[in-house]
Amino acid sequence: MSKFERNMAMTGEKPAALSKAQKIFSAIGITGLFILILAIANVNFPNKTLFLSLSLGLMTLGTVGFSYDLYKSKQPGIKNDGVWFKSMTSRGLYAWITALALTMFYVALYWYPEYLGLNSEGANTGIISLFDPLSRLINGGPASQWFVYGTLYTLAIFIFGYKFIKKYRHNRYEVLRTFSVMFFQLGFAFLIPEILMRLNQPYFNPANIWPLNYDLFAGYKLDSFFSAGSIGLIMFTFGILSIFVISPILTYKYGKRWYCSWVCGCGGLAETAGDPYRHLSDKSVFAWKVERWVIHSVLVFVTVMTIAVIYSYLGQNPDEFWFTKDVFLWSSAGFLSLVFGLLMYFKKEELAKDAKYAGAGYLIVILSMICINYFNYNQDIFLFPAHKLRETYGFLIGAAFSGVIGVGFYPIFGNRVWCRFGCPMAAVLGMQQRLFSKFRITTNGGQCISCGNCSTYCEMGIDVRAYAQKGENIVRSSCVGCGICASVCPRGVLKLENDSLDNRINQKEITTGNDIDLMEFFNEKTK
Amino acid sequence: MVQEHVIIIGNGIAGVTAARHIRKLSDKRITIISSESEYFFSRTALMYVYMGHMKWNHLKPYEDQFWKKNRINLLKAYVTEISPEDKSIKLEDGRHLQYTDLIIATGSEPQKFGWKGQEAHGVQGLYSKQDLELLEKNAPHNRACKRAIIVGGGLIGIELAEMLSTRDIPVTFLVREKHFWNNVLPKHDAQLIDEHIKKHQIDLRLKINLDEILTDENGKVRAVKIKETGETIQCDLVGLTTGVKPRLEMLSQTSIETNRGVLVNPYLKTNYDNIYAIGDCAEHREAIQNRPSIEAVWYTGKMMGETVAQTICGKPMTYNPGHWFNSAKFFDIEYQTYGWVYPTEIENHKQLHWSHSDGTKAMTVNFNKENDKFVGINTFGIRLRHEVVNGWLEQNKTILEVMKNLKQANFDPEFYQSHEKDIFKSYQKHL
Repeated sequence: MSKFERNMAMTGEKPAALSKAQKIFSAIGITGLFILILAIANVNFPNKTLFLSLSLGLMTLGTVGFSYDLYKSKQPGIKNDGVWFKSMTSRGLYAWITALALTMFYVALYWYPEYLGLNSEGANTGIISLFDPLSRLINGGPASQWFVYGTLYTLAIFIFGYKFIKKYRHNRYEVLRTFSVMFFQLGFAFLIPEILMRLNQPYFNPANIWPLNYDLFAGYKLDSFFSAGSIGLIMFTFGILSIFVISPILTYKYGKRWYCSWVCGCGGLAETAGDPYRHLSDKSVFAWKVERWVIHSVLVFVTVMTIAVIYSYLGQNPDEFWFTKDVFLWSSAGFLSLVFGLLMYFKKEELAKDAKYAGAGYLIVILSMICINYFNYNQDIFLFPAHKLRETYGFLIGAAFSGVIGVGFYPIFGNRVWCRFGCPMAAVLGMQQRLFSKFRITTNGGQCISCGNCSTYCEMGIDVRAYAQKGENIVRSSCVGCGICASVCPRGVLKLENDSLDNRINQKEITTGNDIDLMEFFNEKTK
Repeated sequence: MVQEHVIIIGNGIAGVTAARHIRKLSDKRITIISSESEYFFSRTALMYVYMGHMKWNHLKPYEDQFWKKNRINLLKAYVTEISPEDKSIKLEDGRHLQYTDLIIATGSEPQKFGWKGQEAHGVQGLYSKQDLELLEKNAPHNRACKRAIIVGGGLIGIELAEMLSTRDIPVTFLVREKHFWNNVLPKHDAQLIDEHIKKHQIDLRLKINLDEILTDENGKVRAVKIKETGETIQCDLVGLTTGVKPRLEMLSQTSIETNRGVLVNPYLKTNYDNIYAIGDCAEHREAIQNRPSIEAVWYTGKMMGETVAQTICGKPMTYNPGHWFNSAKFFDIEYQTYGWVYPTEIENHKQLHWSHSDGTKAMTVNFNKENDKFVGINTFGIRLRHEVVNGWLEQNKTILEVMKNLKQANFDPEFYQSHEKDIFKSYQKHL
């Protein structure tokens, strides 16, 4: 065999430069963005309605026109040509610049809204004032930093959603899923809460479920529900039902995808604006270990925080209201123990050793703190005051993790960092999906060629190929059911489906299509 | 007692599958030798690296630590000699290794047909990692490679055409047969792919043979000459994708019997008791069912690996694969096949063809006219469940039973339009 230079770095050439139309649409979109940047720099536009419409309109036109031109001459099919050659999608300079810009925007949004023009005294200035006309139109009041964020967020899901639909136009699952996240973002996450505000009702997004919505049980929130009469009670009841009834049923039938890639706003942004970065997730076994520890610890944190917050809200006198601090504490302890007990009893075989130890460890810590508290009455049930816990959670998880790292670092770590490592809702749904669901990704017999497209394009960092090449179905808590693995598979090996619980997790030592006796002998043995 | 040592030459899917299964079944020492790459990679995915869908590391099906954890030694070396008499092999650097069992799994190499100019710079096949690296040099972009000629209308040829077209390199695709892959696909199926190839701006030339490759004064390719017309086409790259043949170079000096491939008996054993050959490089002395004596397919390599591991670990097994299956992707059209669908109808058999008006979906079934038995199915743009179709073949279902239950086999993603009714209607006309 002749020897060639053995060069591991196959740099390659990125696909052809932009077309003329794409250049024009890029310029249009950047002009729209530039108006926003000027507004951040405190340029006071004379006619805010005009300039806001211009800015949002140009950004929309730019992105939509660009996407249209990009895919119009291409045959329907997988469009990942040059993904690893382009600076923007392979952690190059553009990616880093984008990540830094996004991160800085989040820092200002969460901690320094005054730089965006939010003034404690007097009218808004800067970019926030630019959004005043739209805010007045929808909720009747001036804009806040959250209104600006919500508008841009929704716009991003729509315009990048259009691009995603064009890119996957051959795949109806992807198209419908994208319409769904657009609908829930615009209706449930953006318009309903704003309109409720206009009607002087509590701010409520029905699609934002505890524990993702960690503030659901905060004192001010509970007050707003209970002071709003029957509509407040309906909201509160719906919030509770979502956690304990609706989401377990839907997850049992369809897997956690019903939420994570069809309804959720975080998922919505990740699947649309974040789609070009899905291949950047870390697929190593090490990353998987980190993921399991981090995400479940966040779940424990939010549970503890919520217990503390509700505890501090409740009264002590059973004559005033039967649901006192003590009743709540013991029912929480009972509920957690029951869940843990049932899991250990029915699902012992399916739980990994470290999962059992970690679960038991966390449970013991929580229960003992509840006991200690009961016997030496103390206002701060988990050592710190409840509001401090809530603030810390909000700062660390709600803002820093989900916003700054979760979205700001899309171009570096991939688009689902928050969903994979941080989201406590994903942790809850994930456990249900792993243990009590009909959902799985079915592997098609012996057809896998180990090419690695599925693993590469899994945004959750699941090594899909590791299962597929063994002919084994993929049943993983983290899978959000985006369906891209099945789409990029060149041999039709993967299918997301809801099917019977029997044989959901199947192990096969011998390739389907090999000697029948050998297959039966070994595949039975490993069941 | 000295620990038994299994040496496997070749770290492709066949050799690696054998190693994994031997490890599952035994504690033998295992060494895999390859001169191509340090770690096992998916050969079928080489194209995606050039297209920028994946990086080299993504092609590795196992993390690097897997091999150490499973006590499988990897050796990047080139075997120059095999001495069956003293059960040893010699490496290029002069080292000798002793084995108790030897598995030859050296795979294939591109087949060339003695064209004038076939060794020129800019002429290459596409099989190994080194071929991919060479392609990156020969055709980095359309400024360095203004046109590429691909010779040979098969699976590698169409992959190469797709690869080059992602870098906007104009491609002329010379196919000897009447239609693309017509020696395997029936006419209607092959025509569907012809049309699809043309939609991707490939200059497809059917029933055309290469005459010679013309070179410049530096020995670099400058054009090809066509046999039928005498036309010359300027080009900077010639991809020779006219099939592969077993790679046997290190066996030429040994007494291991070879023909086109390493000759093996049903136990995958060569003429020596403890030397086996599996995968692309093996040639079966006795044909198995309708299968060719050399099967250069990913799946058969895998199955031979699984089988030989049983034999080596004390449970002698013959290679006895079940029903044939295969798959490929032609640009955007996925193809799957189960059982046998012959390129031309054979005696007593009939084929029924359905295709969708959008030109991306089709299905051809082959059945036995005498007893209506279902024999095989080709499907394009529609995914089928392997286990279901395998079951139909196993249970000797009739064509009508298969057609009626086609939906059970559908494996398309959720919400996809279903075509079963349409297909059934179109078949009914012919039944």
